[in-house]
Amino acid sequence: MTTLVIARLTFREAGRRKILLAALVLGLIYLAIYGVGFYYVDQETTRSQFGPGLLELNQIRNFLFMAGLYVVNFLTAMMAVLTSVDTLSGEIASGTIQTLVSKPVQRWEIVFGKWLGFAGMLTLYLLLMAGGTVGLVYIISGYLAPNVLRGLGLLWVNAVLLLGVSLAGGAILSTLANGVLVFGLFGIAFIGGWIEQIGSFIQNQTAVNVGIISSLIIPSEALWKRAAFEMQSPLVAALGFSPFTAASMPSLLMVLYGMVYALLALLLAIGLFNRRDL
Amino acid sequence: MARITFHAFLCLQLIDYYYLSMSESAAIITQGLKKEFGDKVAVADLTLKVDKGEVFGFLGPNGAGKTTAVKMLLGLIYPTSGKGEVLGSPLGDHRARNRVGFMPEHFRFHDWLTAVEFLNLHGNLYHMPGERLDERIPELLELVGLQAHAEKKLRAFSKGMLQRIGLAQALLNDPELVFLDEPTSGLDPVGRRLVRDIIRELSNGGTTVFLNSHLLSEVEITCDRVAFIRQGEVLTTSSLKSLVEGELTVEVRARNLNQDIVSGLERWSQNVRADGDHLSLTLSGEAVIPEINQYLVENGVDVYAIRPKQLSLEDLFIQVVGTEGGL
Repeated sequence: MTTLVIARLTFREAGRRKILLAALVLGLIYLAIYGVGFYYVDQETTRSQFGPGLLELNQIRNFLFMAGLYVVNFLTAMMAVLTSVDTLSGEIASGTIQTLVSKPVQRWEIVFGKWLGFAGMLTLYLLLMAGGTVGLVYIISGYLAPNVLRGLGLLWVNAVLLLGVSLAGGAILSTLANGVLVFGLFGIAFIGGWIEQIGSFIQNQTAVNVGIISSLIIPSEALWKRAAFEMQSPLVAALGFSPFTAASMPSLLMVLYGMVYALLALLLAIGLFNRRDL
Repeated sequence: MARITFHAFLCLQLIDYYYLSMSESAAIITQGLKKEFGDKVAVADLTLKVDKGEVFGFLGPNGAGKTTAVKMLLGLIYPTSGKGEVLGSPLGDHRARNRVGFMPEHFRFHDWLTAVEFLNLHGNLYHMPGERLDERIPELLELVGLQAHAEKKLRAFSKGMLQRIGLAQALLNDPELVFLDEPTSGLDPVGRRLVRDIIRELSNGGTTVFLNSHLLSEVEITCDRVAFIRQGEVLTTSSLKSLVEGELTVEVRARNLNQDIVSGLERWSQNVRADGDHLSLTLSGEAVIPEINQYLVENGVDVYAIRPKQLSLEDLFIQVVGTEGGL
C-alpha cells in the first residue's frame, strides 16, 4: 500500500517536473528522425541498381535496426540514472524525507516504492522508444528482427539494474558523488565491453578477460551485447563484427548474473537506506 | 566473579522491570540514549519521561542535541546506545508512529504539490481512508488558516505558510503524541499565537505535545513541564507551575521616589534596585503586591505601573544552562 503511494508520488513528481514531457517530446523527435532516415535508406537500397536480394536487404535493415536500438539502450540507461540519481540523496539533503519516514511506514517501502515508480517510467519509456523503433522498421520495410521480445527484455533488465545501482548509491552518497559513481561504472562497462569486442575479434584472450571482469563489476554492457546477439541476423553474426552487435556473446550465465545483480542492487539500496541516519 | 556478574545481571533485570512498569503512564520514556556522529557526541545521555497528556518543553541552546533527540524518538536516527519507548513501543517501531505526529524543524516538503495534495499524500502514509481525509483536510486547513490556499502549490508558500501546512500535516491522524520541532521559528506574531492556541487545544484534548524550542517565552506560555538540555544531557526537569509559584520580580514605574521610600521596600524584598523612576524588586510571591502598592501610595509616590515579571524561564535557562552554550 505504502509502496504504491510512493510509486505514484514518484510518477507524479516526474510529471510535475516536466521530466515525462521532455522524455516524451524528445523520444518522439528521435523516432521521427529515425523513421525518416530509415525510410530513405531503405528506399535507396531497395531500388539500388545492384538489386540486392532479400537476404542482403534484411542485413542492412538489421544493421539499421540495431543502430536504432543501440541509441534506445543508451537513452534508457541515461533515463534510469538521471531520473533516480537524486531521489534519495536529494530528499535526504533537503529534509523532505523526514516527514515521509516519520510516518507509520517502513523504510524499505519507501525505497521499493520509488523503485517501482521509476521502473514503471522506464518500462513506458522503453516501450515507446524500442517499441517505436521496432514498429517503424516493421511498418516501413516489413522487417522484424529475431527474438525482439527477448532482446527488449534484456534492455529492460539493464535499465532496472542501473536504477538499482543509482538508488543504492543515493542511499549513502550525495547526489553528485552518486552521479560520479554510476556514470563511472557505466563507463567501465562501456570500455570493458569494447575491449572485449575487439579482443574477441583479434582473438586476444587477455582483452576478452578484461571485458569479462568489467562485466562482473557491472554487467550493463554485457546485457546489451546479449540483447544485440539475440536480435542480430544470422549473417551479421557470421561476419562477426559490427559496432552495434556482439562479436563475443555473453553467456546465459552472464545474463542470469545481470538479473541477480539488478535484484541485489535494489536490496542493497533498501539495506543501506534502512541503516542510514536521516 | 561469575557470581558478581550474575548479581549485576539481576540488578539490570530489576531496573528493566522498573523501567517498563513506569512506561504505563508515559508517552515517552528513554534511558541513557546516546548518539555519536563519528567523534562528535550529539546526545550524551538522554534519560527522560514524558507523561501522557502533558505539554513538554525541551529546551537548550542551539546545538544541544534537541533535534537529534527528537529524531531518535521518531526512528529517523538510530541511537548509538540506550533505549526508549514511544507510546509503549520500542524506538523505531513504525506501528507506534500511527499515533504520532511530527513537524520537522526546517519544514521542507515536496513543494511541487498543492496544499491539498500534500495533505492527501501524508494522510495516505498514515493509512487514512479517502473519506476520512476528505473531511479532515478542510478542517485542518481551516485550523491553520490556509483554507484560501488549498489549491496553491507549496512552492508559492511563504515560510510561515509552510510552517502552518507542516503543522496541519502533523495533526492529520489526530495523534496521541505530537513532536513540534521549533514550531514558530518562521512565524509572525499572529502565527505564533495560532500555534500556541493549537497546542493548548491539543493539550485540552489529551494529546501529549513534545515541544522543541529555544523561544522561551513560547515555552513559558504553553508548557506544563520543561527539560533543560545541554550537550545532549538533560540537566534538570521542572514543572513550570512551581516556577510560576516561586519567586517573582516586580517592576515598578513611579515618580517622587526617594532613598527612604526605596529602603522601606526592603521589608518585602531582599533585592531592591532603583534606577530613576524605575524600581525592580524580587518578591517571594505575588500576594504582597497590593501591600507594596499601598505603601508607595501612602508615602506620596505616584505609581504609574506595577508589572509582575515572573522569574522568567530565560533567567532559569541562563541559570541552568549557563551562558557558554549556543555556539
